[in-house]
Amino acid sequence: MSQAHSSFTIAGKTYNSRLLVGSGKYKDLEQTRLATEASGADIITVAIRRVNIGQDPNAPSLLDAVPMSRYTILPNTAGCYNAKDAIYTLQLGRELLGGQNLCKLEVLGDEKSLFPNMPETLIAAKTLVADGFDVMVYCSDDPIQAKMLEDIGCVAVMPLASLIGSGMGILNPWNLSLIIERATVPVLVDAGVGTASDAAIAMELGCDGVLMNTAIAGAQDPIRMARAMKLAVEAGREAYLAGRIPKKFAASPSSPMAGRVA
Amino acid sequence: MTSLEIVLNGNPHQMQAQQSVAALVAELNLTDKAIAVAVNRQVIARQRWEETQLQTHDVVDVVRAIGGG
Repeated sequence: MSQAHSSFTIAGKTYNSRLLVGSGKYKDLEQTRLATEASGADIITVAIRRVNIGQDPNAPSLLDAVPMSRYTILPNTAGCYNAKDAIYTLQLGRELLGGQNLCKLEVLGDEKSLFPNMPETLIAAKTLVADGFDVMVYCSDDPIQAKMLEDIGCVAVMPLASLIGSGMGILNPWNLSLIIERATVPVLVDAGVGTASDAAIAMELGCDGVLMNTAIAGAQDPIRMARAMKLAVEAGREAYLAGRIPKKFAASPSSPMAGRVA
Repeated sequence: MTSLEIVLNGNPHQMQAQQSVAALVAELNLTDKAIAVAVNRQVIARQRWEETQLQTHDVVDVVRAIGGG
C-alpha cells in the first residue's frame, strides 16, 4: 500500500490515518488511551467544558491519556445549539491548545435528533473562517449546503451518515456521493457508523475519512472494535482505489469452461 | 479588605481582594494545567492573565478538554 494513497491532507497538514475518533463515552481514561492507540487515529476530537471547581486539580486528565505530543487534538462544539456558543467554545479551545486553528464545528438543532442546525452552522463557519480557524464542519448530507460550507472556506465537510450515536450506518449513500463528487475539500462521514462494514462503505463511496466515537466506545470490546475500524477504513479506501466491479444481475463463472473433465 | 463576588463557572465565587486572572487560577491550583480562561466571554490569553484584573460581577469561565465526540 503506497503512503500517498493512505495519507490525506487537511488544512495543509498530512495525516496517515483516515480514521478520526472521538474521546467520549469510554469507561475510563485508560480505556480511552488503549482504544485510541488501537484505532491508529492521528486526530482525536475532544469536548471543551468548564472545570469542576473543587475537584482535585491533579487528577489525571484526558490530555494525559491522549497527549498533544502524539495526537492532533480537535476541539469540538458538541452541545452547542447556536452559532454564538459554538464560536465562544472554539475560541476557548484554540487558547487551550496553544493557538491551534484546526477545530470541529457542530451546531445542533435539537436534543432528540442531534441533527445539525444548518443556518446557525453557516453563520458560525463564516465567523470562524474570518477569524483564522481551520473549520472541519459537521453538516447535513445536503450537497448544496455542503458546497456552501466549502465556499465559505471550511477545510473539510463532514456530513452525518445517520443520527449521532445511532449506529444506523450509511442511510443515504447517494447524497454522500453527490457531496463527494462536487467537493474540492476532504469529505468525512461524521456520524452514524455502527460497525466496521459501515466505515468500509463510507470509504468505498470515496469519502476521505470517517470520524466516529460511539461505535468504538460503545462496543462490548472497544479496543478490539477500534482495531476493526482501523482495518475497515483501510480496506474501504483500498477498495475505492482499486475500483470495484459493476453490479449486474447476471452470473459470470470465475473458472474457464475449457478443459473441464465433466 | 473588600469582598468581591464574581461568577466562576456558573456559580458565585468570593474573592478576598482585587485579584488578577493569574491569581485566581493559582488559587484554584490550575496554573500549569491545560485550561483556557474567559472573562465576560472574552478569552484571556495566558500571557495576559497577570495583567487582567477581575472586577466585581465579572463572569469567568475556566475550561478544559474532556472526552467527547
